[in-house]
Amino acid sequence: MQTDKRPAAIRTRDLNLWYGTFQALFDVSLEIKQGIITSLIGPSGCGKSTLLRSVNRINERLGYVRIDGSIEVMGKNIYDEDVELVQVRKQIGMVFQRPNPLPISIRDNVLFGYNLHSEKRRTPRSELDGIVEDALQQVLLWDQVKDKLNRKATDLSLEEQQKLCIARLLPVKPGVLLMDEPCSALDPKGTEAVEELIWELREKYTILIVTHNMAQARRASEECIFMLMGKVIEHSPTESMFVTPAQQETADYIEGRYG
Amino acid sequence: MFRETALNVRDKKVQGLFRLLFLTMTLLLILPVLVILGMLIYKGGPVLSIDFLFTAPTDGMTAGGVFPALLGTVWLVGVALLVSVPIGIAAAIYLSEYASDNWFTRIINLAIINLAGVPSIVHALFGVGAFVVFFGFGTSILAASLTLAIMTLPVVIVSTRESLMAVPQAFREACWSMGATRWQTIRRVVLPNSVSGILTGVILEVSRTTGETAPIMFTGAVFFTPFLPQGVFDQTMALSLHLFVVATQVPGVPDELPYGVALVLIGMVLLMNSISIAFRMYLRGRKKW
Ligand SMILES: Nc1ncnc2c1ncn2[C@@H]1O[C@H](COP(=O)(O)OP(=O)(O)OP(=O)(O)O)[C@@H](O)[C@H]1O
Ligand SMILES: [Mg+2]
Repeated sequence: MQTDKRPAAIRTRDLNLWYGTFQALFDVSLEIKQGIITSLIGPSGCGKSTLLRSVNRINERLGYVRIDGSIEVMGKNIYDEDVELVQVRKQIGMVFQRPNPLPISIRDNVLFGYNLHSEKRRTPRSELDGIVEDALQQVLLWDQVKDKLNRKATDLSLEEQQKLCIARLLPVKPGVLLMDEPCSALDPKGTEAVEELIWELREKYTILIVTHNMAQARRASEECIFMLMGKVIEHSPTESMFVTPAQQETADYIEGRYG
Repeated sequence: MFRETALNVRDKKVQGLFRLLFLTMTLLLILPVLVILGMLIYKGGPVLSIDFLFTAPTDGMTAGGVFPALLGTVWLVGVALLVSVPIGIAAAIYLSEYASDNWFTRIINLAIINLAGVPSIVHALFGVGAFVVFFGFGTSILAASLTLAIMTLPVVIVSTRESLMAVPQAFREACWSMGATRWQTIRRVVLPNSVSGILTGVILEVSRTTGETAPIMFTGAVFFTPFLPQGVFDQTMALSLHLFVVATQVPGVPDELPYGVALVLIGMVLLMNSISIAFRMYLRGRKKW
């Protein structure tokens, strides 16, 4: 896979992050390439979620988080003074560990983000229908739900809910999708289906995905980042990381010696 | 195999004993309620009629109905709610959705708890000082209702805040991560999912306010007035105070008249509570997560 020549979509420079006095990230400098899937692995508590959450600035709602260094998305530091948070969130979608569709209809879920950001007061219904179909097609959910778009989203199976949570990000046209263990609440079949979908979405979106599942990282990502205790240990193409890890710690982790 | 042993027998006896104990306590709890209601209905029932509800007291309050008092209570409670509900809900939204945990919000929370613990007669005194005298509203519906409002405010805030906090955090995160502002999140997700709880709290509050006597008796409610209230600066009769008056202050009242008044008061409270319960069941049935 030719991932070397791609431009960087996310670039962190000397990122340090503290929760109060506890330092969770140490000098993280990374280049996440555009249009591929990068997976983030490492033992529990090593700072994967922290890193992910600082990329769409959802961490800062906790008053005691302090950040030092920069995160550039599409060439712009999102922690700059002149950056509008709403625009950051639009550009960078997030999928959570537990599917969290809103308790409204499937259709309204898909249109929720769109309606938030739409400048028109009323979008013609046909246009909205198109948006809904397009988003649900992209997440391979259209066929299952096309006859029950007005049903409650919370009645769907977990797998379908998670797909819907991905679908509702798409009408806002994000460039980056962050996913924090998106399959860990799903059964093996659901996991496979959602993985397949994430694989379909690459190229169009830059995807950064946290996973605990080695096999999943290996199957479903092009580059892989291994973290340990708040530091990036290794960042390389997935195949080479799993076949010939450069660092001893990486090898130990992959072989299941800790975490 | 599977036979009862002596130990089993003993355990079962103990278990039966405790069951009986708890059941007795529960029945003891219901007993006074049943007795009170039974007595009210037995003694006051014959007095009740449409006429009783819709005519004024006559013959020095020893005959006639309760209409001015009934209407007065509706006025007092209505105006009190008009004040306390918007303020209480807004404050609860601020505390649960916007405020971060710091010394300022901690002081506010302390104030709310203390306000809730102030005896109603103290509120009455405050009402006289603040609304009747200082603001110059005189003894009026406005002064009495404001006193009631201040008294009910902490309860409205606490019950609203609890309903807001019952909305899963995951919904808020979903909204924020799509770029919704706090207000958009509150408006589109938090409020629609907590409105049943908020309204239930409010209605229960109404039923509590209806029966209050102390805060209104110095601030706006009077023993007797031949006039129906026309606006918030009028004085008025009120059911709770009327009950006190006919039961203890007026000579020659027939024995069953106070019971009739009490029955109307209780009926109003029960009606309110049933509405609140029915409403909650209706809204519960519609939402699901
Ligand atoms: N809100 C918070 N406040 C204080 N400390 C936190 C907070 N969130 C995370 N931490 C700490 O920061 C460190 C990194 O946590 P993080 O959740 O990023 O780990 P993780 O790699 O995602 O772990 P897991 O695999 O279990 O999800 C941990 O030591 C954790 O205790
Ligand atoms: Mg995590």
